[in-house]
Amino acid sequence: MANNNIGPKRLVVGASYGLRDWLAQRVTAIVMAIYTIILLGLFLTGKNFNHAGWAGIFAMQWFKMATFSVVICLLYHAWVGMRDVWMDYVTHNVFVRLVFQVATIVWLIACAGYAAQILWRV
Amino acid sequence: MSEVVKARPRFGVMRLIDAVFGGYRLPLAGFVSILHRASGMLMFLLLPFILYLLDKSLASEATFAELQVCTSGVFAKLVILALIWAYLHHFCAGIRHLFMDLHYGLDKDAARQSAVGVLVVSLVLTAVLGLKLFGVF
Repeated sequence: MANNNIGPKRLVVGASYGLRDWLAQRVTAIVMAIYTIILLGLFLTGKNFNHAGWAGIFAMQWFKMATFSVVICLLYHAWVGMRDVWMDYVTHNVFVRLVFQVATIVWLIACAGYAAQILWRV
Repeated sequence: MSEVVKARPRFGVMRLIDAVFGGYRLPLAGFVSILHRASGMLMFLLLPFILYLLDKSLASEATFAELQVCTSGVFAKLVILALIWAYLHHFCAGIRHLFMDLHYGLDKDAARQSAVGVLVVSLVLTAVLGLKLFGVF
């Protein structure tokens, strides 16, 4: 094992949220990628698009749940991504960065709520 | 003294501006990488608009027909195609990043080749979806 110690006792580890967010961004990416492939297949093989067929897909309970899971994955994924963007480019003022980060969270949660409303109205 | 002032590091948005306008030529892998970020930010900003389109398409027969009329023009279709390209680029570049996370293709040549691959695959996929969008098949 690599020697991560400073001195004989202390292990250099953080709160690990960096690793957790990094991993979560990858895992949510895989979930969304699978959903994307399903949607691509539906679109490319679909013929005569109409409301009944389209709403019929979203009327199925399992598809609502799958879509909502993807929305929640998107929420986390986009949060990590946008947080990285703010950390990279908004570096001079911590308060301004905090405002951007809070706005990002509000934006994403509002969108997730809107998505839930759309899905369960079908 | 003046050299010291010139060499002062720049931070934040200024660093981005330097990278874009400062005569620094991005390698192809860097180009794919910045497009990955730009497309992600674009989709983040347009998320409510995309959800609005989904809402209209699902709400009722009438709103579906309304949306069909709105998106039947060439310009509207090109805007949708641009969004599709942003999504597919993010998708393909993301898969490249996942492989790199697993330590595949990290050396310079392989990274350049996979960057070319991302651009080619995402553009071809966009073209295929564009043909479908314009009703070719």
